[in-house]
Parts: sequence; structure tokens; C-alpha cells
Amino acid sequence: MGVTSGYVRHIADLGRLDLSDEERETFASQLNDILEYAAMLNELDTEGVEPASHVVPLKNVFREDVVRESFPVEEVLSNAPDARGNFFCVPKIIEE
Amino acid sequence: MELHRKTAHELLELHRKGEVSPVETVVSVLDRVRRVEGDVAAYLLVLDDAARRRAAELESADRNLPLYGVPVAVKDNICTKGTPTTCASKILKNFIPPYDAAVVERLRDAGAVIVGKTNMDEFAMGSSCENSGFHPTRNPWDLERVPGGSSGGSAAAVCADEAALALGSDTGGSIRQPASFCGVVGLKPTYGAVSRYGLVAFASSLDQIGPLAKDVHDAALMMNVIAVHDPRDSTSVNRPPADFLAGLDDGVRGVKLALVEEFLPEGTERGVRAAVEGAAAALEKSGAVVEKVSLPVLRYALPAYYLIAPAEASSNLARYDGVQYGRRAAQAGDLASLYGKTRREGFGAEVKRRIMLGAYALSAGYYDAYYLRALKVRALIVRDFGRAFEKYDALIGATSPTVSFKLGEKTADPLAMYLSDLCTIPVNLGGLPAVSVPCGLSGGLPVGLQIVGKPFDEGTVLRVARACEVSAGFERKVL
Repeated sequence: MGVTSGYVRHIADLGRLDLSDEERETFASQLNDILEYAAMLNELDTEGVEPASHVVPLKNVFREDVVRESFPVEEVLSNAPDARGNFFCVPKIIEE
Repeated sequence: MELHRKTAHELLELHRKGEVSPVETVVSVLDRVRRVEGDVAAYLLVLDDAARRRAAELESADRNLPLYGVPVAVKDNICTKGTPTTCASKILKNFIPPYDAAVVERLRDAGAVIVGKTNMDEFAMGSSCENSGFHPTRNPWDLERVPGGSSGGSAAAVCADEAALALGSDTGGSIRQPASFCGVVGLKPTYGAVSRYGLVAFASSLDQIGPLAKDVHDAALMMNVIAVHDPRDSTSVNRPPADFLAGLDDGVRGVKLALVEEFLPEGTERGVRAAVEGAAAALEKSGAVVEKVSLPVLRYALPAYYLIAPAEASSNLARYDGVQYGRRAAQAGDLASLYGKTRREGFGAEVKRRIMLGAYALSAGYYDAYYLRALKVRALIVRDFGRAFEKYDALIGATSPTVSFKLGEKTADPLAMYLSDLCTIPVNLGGLPAVSVPCGLSGGLPVGLQIVGKPFDEGTVLRVARACEVSAGFERKVL
């Protein structure tokens, strides 16, 4: 096993995190420590065990599909770093 | 009369009789904040003016409101309308929620006065408050030491009399461990008992809001206000409202308790073990039946948690992209580098570490080996807790294997920091209610007894905690 600094680059990309070379090295070694510790889970026999993603005794929760008041657009946009009109603004995505 | 010293139920009585006004109480607490905050730094934001205004308004309100004029501190991952809510993260530095969390609505309706927003580990990831993006908080018992985390600000505020009551959140021990370190009472309710609407999500299948209080009575008082069904949280369980104060003083005669070996793990400080065993003996003397039990599968809770919680976090924290709210990196170039730079500058090291750990556990090729296996282990933990509760009314042990440690002592070694939550994490995986109640001292620092109950049996947990409180005769610290 072992998370290489190259693989750290891959998972940092998945998490949309820019990292410096130094950070990659540190995280690689720390993630290895944690994953080595997590490997103790292999000691348990989990054959045939249903995974528990949740513990509440709830199935689907439904409600009537009725129109409700929502937040005013100005309020929602008030926290945006860049907004114009009724829109959130991002750098241009489509190449010319 | 030092009003800031009073518990919430003492204040309520004074307010109801008209002997003291909410304004007098709030002024006393704000004065206290001014005096000690330089040392403790429990708050990220003190709402001086708003608290005074609210207290003045209450003069003409119904004195029988359940938290009439009680000064409350709120952890900064709980949304407050018009008031910054940062999760102690630079990425949310200027975020002002357009709505109140369900629990905050409940507090306001109950006549509470919100004193301020408390410090925490960034996005509730940490056990010492040192991961705050803004400043550390100090333990009022010893200013060289941490208050615990992640709800360290809320625990320290209650401990130092900077609020009568506080709200925290608990994903792996974040209410109970700081309560233990600061010598206050902390309750993590059953998963689904308190609405998470307006709680900034960390690990959604584990997060739960609960009280930090000066005594068990106050924790019950807060539960009466916040443990209410809310359709806006689809995991909020619809149950008839309970009175958590009922039966609080009924004692523990005949109550069956298991002292769980795994809640006194290898490496538990000698003084912590002594205090916990002393508390168990005292409960026995008060009429409880106490038996030693081992639940070996609990040893696997910590590694399972450190795959499950980061996996959920890596997904939940994807929303901080510098587009809809929060901080955006300057001059980022294209969209991909805007995301990358914004998150690089906005998140601290522990948050990045957990996002990556989660992305790893969920990534192609590792999903089955890590995430899925962890979920299966979670199922085994739930099963074995269930079996234990066929025989026992509650499980007891230490809240944390050690007392509060020194600032800086564990910051370089993430795994050592994680071990601080060894005894609290299994409870979140099981979705169970648990309280930490001060049961003694080790080396002059407080030790918490953890009491874990059946789902939605906060009543028993609080009753046992109350019995422990009575027999321990624990004296709160005066800073």
C-alpha cells in the first residue's frame, strides 16, 4: 500500500484543491499513516453484512408538492463574490 | 449578586419572580465577557448591542417562556439570520445567512438572548479548537491548555460564565469531549432528535446539535426547547415532544449500567480511569447495578469513522467553490483554477486533509476496500450496541482517554489528535444519545463520565448524569 505524492495530486484534483509540492509530500505521509491505521478494519469479518449508511428508522419522507415562498433573489445574491442582475458570475467557460 | 455565575434554571426563577430582569442578567454576562474574553477567546463574534436590545424587548414578553432572558452562546456553524456564520473558516469569513437555523428559531421563540457566536475547529473538524481559521480558544481551567473541540468555544464560554448555556454540534465527540475538558455538561442527542436545518453540514449521517450547560438540569431545559420535529430536515424523526426535565431527580435505583472496557481504552490516563471508576462505584452505591462489559467491535469505530466522516465531508464541502457565497480567490484565471485557488486559500490543513481522505476512500478502485468496508463495520457497531441494550439501560465510561492537553501538543500529528475521540466516536456511528458529565479531577483538570443510552432515551441518560452530578459534588471552576 502507499499513497504516493503523484496520487495525492490526483485526489487533490478530485477535491479541487491546489497544493504546493511541499503540501503534497506532507499530506502523502499523513494520509499513509491514517490509511495504515484504517487497515485494521480488515481484521473484521464483514462477509454478508449489509452496509449501514444511515441509522435512522426512516424510509422516504414525502410532502405535498405545494408552492412555498423562497428567498428573495437579492438576498440569495447578496453573499455572492460576483453577481450581476439575477446571475452568479464565473470566468468564461466556453472557448471562443 | 454575580448573575453571570448562575445556571440557566436559577436565572429563570429570578426572572419569573421579577427579582432580576433579563437586562440585568445580560449586562452582567456581557461585562463578564469583556473581563475574561482576552484570556479565553471563546467567541468569534459577541453580539453586544443585539443582546441588549433583545433583553430590553423581553421586559414586556411572557415571563413563562422556557428560556426567558437566558443568555445563550451559539456555535458558529449554526446559521443566524443577518449575523455572520463562518464555521471558523476563512472561506466563509463574510457569509451572512439569509435565514435562522431551526434551533435558533426555537431559541428566539423560547425567549433566549443570543450573546454571540463561538469559536470552533474549522468546519467542526478537530478536537482542540486549534484548527480555527481565526484564533485558538483557551481552557478556563488552565490557559496553556486547549478547551477541546470542535465545540471548544461553546464549552469554554459556559465554563467561564460567558453564557449561561450554549449550543454545540457533535459529529464524533465535538460536544462531549470539550464538555469533558472544560468541566461542563454536554449532551449529544439521538440522531434525528434535533433538526439540522441551518447547521452547516460536515458529515450528514453523524452530525447532531446539542446543549453545553453548567449542570444536567440546564441541558434538559435546552433539550425541551430544541428537540422538536422539523419537516425541513428529512432525517428529523417525528415523535411526540418529550419533557426532559421529568424524572431527572428520580435516581438510579435498579438502573442497569454497563461499564464498557472499550470506553477505558489502553492509554487511558490513570487519573481519568480512577475518576470514572469512582463515579461507577458511586452510582452503584446509589442503587444502580453496574457490570463490566467488553464490546470488542468498538475498537474499530475510530478507523471506520475516519473513512465515513471524511467521505461525507468531501461531498458536503464541494459547495465551497467561490461562486454562490463565501470567499473567492482573486485573479484566478479560468474556472478550474478559480475553484482550486479559492479552496486552497480558504481551507485550513485539517479540512484539506479530510477532503482528500474522503475523496480517496470514495475513489474508483478504493471504494470497496475503504468506504464500503467502513459502512459494514458501522453496521456491526450498531448491531453490538443493540445487543448490549437488550441487557443494560445505559453504557458508561470515559468521555476522553485524557484530560485537556497543552496548546500545540498534538497539532503536528493528526492521528494522535484523532485518538482523543476514541470513546465518543462509536456513539455517533450508532446514532445514540450520550452525555458527558464532570465526575472528578485528574491532575487538577476535569474528567468527564460518558453515559450512552438507547435511541431516544435521553431521559435515562440525563437521569444517570444527574445522579453522578449529585454524588460527585463537582465544583465548577471560577476563572
